[in-house]
Amino acid sequence: MVLIRIKPAAVKETRWYQYAIRFLLGGAITALAGIIAKEAGPVFGGLFLAFPAIFPAGATLIESHVQEEKQKKDEPGTRLARQAAGVDAIGASMGSVGLMLFSFWTWRFLPRENTAIVLIAATIIWFTASVLIWFTRRHLRIPLKWGER
Amino acid sequence: MLRFLIGGVMVSAFAVIGDLFEPKSFAGIFGAAPSVALATLALTISSKGRDYAAMELRSTILGAIAFLFYAYAVGWMLMKRHPPVLSVCLGFIVIWLAVAIGGWALWLR
Repeated sequence: MVLIRIKPAAVKETRWYQYAIRFLLGGAITALAGIIAKEAGPVFGGLFLAFPAIFPAGATLIESHVQEEKQKKDEPGTRLARQAAGVDAIGASMGSVGLMLFSFWTWRFLPRENTAIVLIAATIIWFTASVLIWFTRRHLRIPLKWGER
Repeated sequence: MLRFLIGGVMVSAFAVIGDLFEPKSFAGIFGAAPSVALATLALTISSKGRDYAAMELRSTILGAIAFLFYAYAVGWMLMKRHPPVLSVCLGFIVIWLAVAIGGWALWLR
């Protein structure tokens, strides 16, 4: 059984303005995090490096894709589309545990180790931890309580 | 401007990678990718040094904990009650703000 699939066609389903929105939001929060750190200091500013700025754009994109798929088949898709976005959010909560480990690793090792190695290792840690949590949930057959997709 | 461009490119890159995967619960992992952190770090390290950047990252741990609460609450609400996605995603930002700023006031200030 294939657990994870790669679907290149999904990139074509996304419209240019949806890419533009994500680019603008990503740029805006990165710039804002810099301004907050400058004004309020790095301790407060650092919080905003994990601000869910881009998440709403991704979730609404999933909602519109699923809804469009269902409309093509003349099926009601609103509820399913919102559930799909909810499942995406649960995935993001798993990714956020990886983000905690990414931050912890970088905080501990950045001051005294090679920058590039620390950042590459931190990114690998984020991905590996997130994927392991995802697989553990699958393996233990822990359901996403409110429906599965 | 440079910060804006690097942030936009980094966030878009992780978002596109996330789009490629199925099922949605796996793709969702990329919604919490360290894209903003990586974009910011590159610039912060070059301008303020590694110790300053590390100080930011200590707070990012708390920001990520706030993200966990936020994303789980959004997932719960969408799967149980099915309200419009954008309103939940934007409305529940208060959860992130409460956990992150509350935690900062309690432990980091």
